[in-house]
Amino acid sequence: MFVSRAMKGIGEVTSFRPGSIARVVLRALAEPWMWAGLGMMALAFFCLLVLLSRANVSFVVPVTALSYVMAALGGRFFLGEQVNANRWLGVCLVCLGVALVWAG
Amino acid sequence: MATGQHLRGKTAVLLLLMVVFGSSGDTLMGKGMRAIGPPEQWRVAPVVEFVYGAVVSPVVWAGFGCLLLFFLSYMLVLTWADFSFVLPASAAAYALVPLLGHFFLGEPVSPLRWAGVVMITLGVALVGNTPPRTTMPAPAAVQAAHPAAAAVAKGD
Repeated sequence: MFVSRAMKGIGEVTSFRPGSIARVVLRALAEPWMWAGLGMMALAFFCLLVLLSRANVSFVVPVTALSYVMAALGGRFFLGEQVNANRWLGVCLVCLGVALVWAG
Repeated sequence: MATGQHLRGKTAVLLLLMVVFGSSGDTLMGKGMRAIGPPEQWRVAPVVEFVYGAVVSPVVWAGFGCLLLFFLSYMLVLTWADFSFVLPASAAAYALVPLLGHFFLGEPVSPLRWAGVVMITLGVALVGNTPPRTTMPAPAAVQAAHPAAAAVAKGD
């Protein structure tokens, strides 16, 4: 969510030349939201490692599929995106599907 | 400003790059790290040996490169597309990996896994049918990087 906030602030990339992409990356690294996002990703990875050392993989990994629902909630309430009924239904199906693929 | 069709097209290309680089990166990194194995003891010398093993492994470097390209594609697509669109759409990788494993490597797929693959495919199709961007776009990155172009865009 934080990485998305940082990238939305930069604006739509319209040129995919290496120089333009390098400028976008440098601007992203100057955004505080980007660093907050990278920090949260590192924390999430650490929490996953700790959880995996304490609980069963077949329980932990499917539960992480809930991140899709959290992304939709964050998109709606933190980033102001419009999550319509179709997108909600799709997110719920993806969440259940990822949990089943891991559990199976 | 990109048209709806153009926006969908470039979103699909970047999502495809995310799926390809993300799953290749995870696979290569996993393969490389398993080949090294965990440190024999949590002491300085075995841990240094473990880190050295990772640093000199071409497979780990290839995995690292793929994951960097994955993150770059992720950053670029998020400059215009919704987070609530990109994240579920990129879950297509979880459906693709068992399918590729089944059809190319002959790996067995349990009924539960098949059900998951079908649900992900339906979910990604539903999310993919919604508009990729629902928020007001910020000024284009390239315009902002070129003051003269930004002035022309503003009509100065």
